[in-house]
Amino acid sequence: MKRQHSFRRRGLIPLAIVASAALLFSGCSGGEQGSADVAQTAPKTLEGTVSLWHFFSDREADVIQTVVDDFEAANPEVTVEVHTGQDDEKLRKVISSGGNIDVGLSYSTDVVGSFCSSGAFRDLEPYIERDDVDMDNFSDTVKNYTAYDGVRCSMPVLSDVNALYYNQDMFDAAGITAPPQTLSELEQIAEQLTTYNEDGSIKTLGFNPFMGMYENSPGHFGPAVGGEWLNEDGTSAIGSDDGWPLLMKWQKDFVDKIGYEKLQAFTAGLGQEFSANNAFHTGQLAMQIDGEYRTAFIADQAPELRYGTAPFPSHDDFADLYGAGYITGNIAGIAKGSENPELAWALLKFLSTDTDALVTMANGLKNLPTTAESLNSPDLEVTEQYQTFIDIAQNPKTKGTPPNPNGGAYQQVFGDYWTEYQAGNGGDLTEGLAQVDKNIDDSLALMEAP
Amino acid sequence: MTAIDRVVEPAVVPAGSTASAPPPGRPNRPRVRWSIIAMLTPALLGLAVFFVYPLAASVFYSFTRFDLVSPPEWIGLRNYEYLFTKDPMVWQAALNTLWFIVILAPVKIVMALFVAGLLARAKHASGIWRTLFYLPALVPPVASVVAFVFLFNPGTGPVNLVLSWVGIDGPLWFNDPAWSKPSLLLLGLWVMGDIMIIFLAALLDVPRDQYEAASLDGANGVQQFRFVTLPNIVPVLVFALVTGVIAALQYFSEAAVASTVASGKATVGEGASVSFGYPGGSLLTYTQWLYVRGFSQYQLGYASALAVLLFIVAAVFLVLLLRKVKAFSPEGAS
Repeated sequence: MKRQHSFRRRGLIPLAIVASAALLFSGCSGGEQGSADVAQTAPKTLEGTVSLWHFFSDREADVIQTVVDDFEAANPEVTVEVHTGQDDEKLRKVISSGGNIDVGLSYSTDVVGSFCSSGAFRDLEPYIERDDVDMDNFSDTVKNYTAYDGVRCSMPVLSDVNALYYNQDMFDAAGITAPPQTLSELEQIAEQLTTYNEDGSIKTLGFNPFMGMYENSPGHFGPAVGGEWLNEDGTSAIGSDDGWPLLMKWQKDFVDKIGYEKLQAFTAGLGQEFSANNAFHTGQLAMQIDGEYRTAFIADQAPELRYGTAPFPSHDDFADLYGAGYITGNIAGIAKGSENPELAWALLKFLSTDTDALVTMANGLKNLPTTAESLNSPDLEVTEQYQTFIDIAQNPKTKGTPPNPNGGAYQQVFGDYWTEYQAGNGGDLTEGLAQVDKNIDDSLALMEAP
Repeated sequence: MTAIDRVVEPAVVPAGSTASAPPPGRPNRPRVRWSIIAMLTPALLGLAVFFVYPLAASVFYSFTRFDLVSPPEWIGLRNYEYLFTKDPMVWQAALNTLWFIVILAPVKIVMALFVAGLLARAKHASGIWRTLFYLPALVPPVASVVAFVFLFNPGTGPVNLVLSWVGIDGPLWFNDPAWSKPSLLLLGLWVMGDIMIIFLAALLDVPRDQYEAASLDGANGVQQFRFVTLPNIVPVLVFALVTGVIAALQYFSEAAVASTVASGKATVGEGASVSFGYPGGSLLTYTQWLYVRGFSQYQLGYASALAVLLFIVAAVFLVLLLRKVKAFSPEGAS
């Protein structure tokens, strides 16, 4: 029997190692950098198959397919393989493992810093110069968020802009004639429009300031104070910015005035953001910050809703910023492993610069087109609500979040702290923001050469 | 005699037999069994490809700066230094995971054993009861989490509505950092059918005569469980513990889906990892943090360091666990 015990004891360690090794994931190595050789002249005829990976799904994917059909009709020898519903994380994994991606369309500018610096997307400058693409057709803001560190690896396809949505019926019933322009006006109107159940719980809320709810994020609130994210050297500028503490204090005071737990309970009962039960659709929220795409969701899911849009209010100390807002966009690039980069460039150029294509996508998705020609196209369907977003996009003080090799990590670190702060666990705000800076800088340092 | 005993017990060689003795004048070397090696080759290849290579690669990458696209760059111990001294979320993620190890895994085992014990004694409609308790285990994990989040929605879910009928003001469940993990514990108990059915088989396999003998010796119910049932089901218990701990260490999908749905941001096509941890970081598990660092923040080198640490912790934990349970083995009990 002793021998059996010895066998079992010796078996413990290998067994434990084998069992726990199942936890390790497989490391993947990127393939060879794709060739950046660009022909002197663009091919006269295009033929072959090109793949397009994008994140849209359902109704929105149908809109993209319409434009792809137009591209195929204009190039009869070309077939476009469309992969829908692919987020940035999948895109990166497939690119790095040498998967068959020619053109990748991302929903966020957060990937630009990483994709440009790592070479996941090819440098497009040789194609742009060769084909004499007029980059002045794009605004400086849009040009900035599609390049990183001097490398233009992506082209803007459409842009997203955030603004304030308000329920017109609720405004009319309360005798409110104009949307708020400052955060104190927003708070005042929100209180006026908030109603309660008999048990004291919230029935309808004027505006939900809860950080993390729907589109409530530091990035989307930030333009109210012109909040800076990064210094020129790439380090965090959040802790040294004058605006962020003011904005955070206003937001927390507003949350506390309503009651954190009461607000948390109300927020928990709201429908999913991208569903017909969105709280603005259902009338549970009188005002909310959201992107221009919400106009399409409302037309599709709540066509009876009477609503208006306006720039998101600015902080009282930053009144001159009213009219500006947050801008981001869909960006697209040629994957480094693309086997037919000329075809990929042709598709990418079509998606990012062809006025008809941009107008078709903008009309279908209710995103904003990015070229001056498409913004001024008579075919662009512009409603009163949609015009607000065009105006914000063209405001010179409108800001996005800067590209960074760490993706959107710096925004997440800040958002995590803000969530703690609104719950009353953030401690001293100045010290907390200094710690946010440190956490962001430490994480960035890991991405830098030793 | 158990199966293992039979395998490891040396074959009895009849006295005077020379069948297995080495020829005179030759050293006593074990013979190479090429047929055995050939039959093991597929498994060994699988082990090399799916275990040894990923393990070695992860260890290597943990010492590099690697963004998945550019070639890895050696940076020594910087990832580990960052992990132990600077990562703002790793300890919260580790503590959350520890909660699932020390609470979820044991509670699920105890409850599964308890239910299996009741079902083993069921005289009437036992098949129906067994089916009812096993059925939830067949529900896909994502679907079960989504259903639970909607059932426990504090504003519109039926659970709090029913609680209000009896005068209880229900909690915020998946939307409250204090209640989010217990909510997942309830989900874990609901889907315990897989381990429960194994316990049931083990309990039904305990020889009845041992209970009769214990009863004749005056053992009460608790003593019968301690000295008859427990030693007989030790292998199943060890299996449940090991797999339960591993599942807790890997806890990912349920927490990730619960966070995404409860935060109101369930969608298709956009990065779901932005909602990981909701509410207030309470559901951020170690493996989710590893995923975020690797695939949202493009730090595969650092994510590999997190994976290596997880591997070491898991190995140590399992060695200690297996040594501990030896005390309850049939030999230990006897």
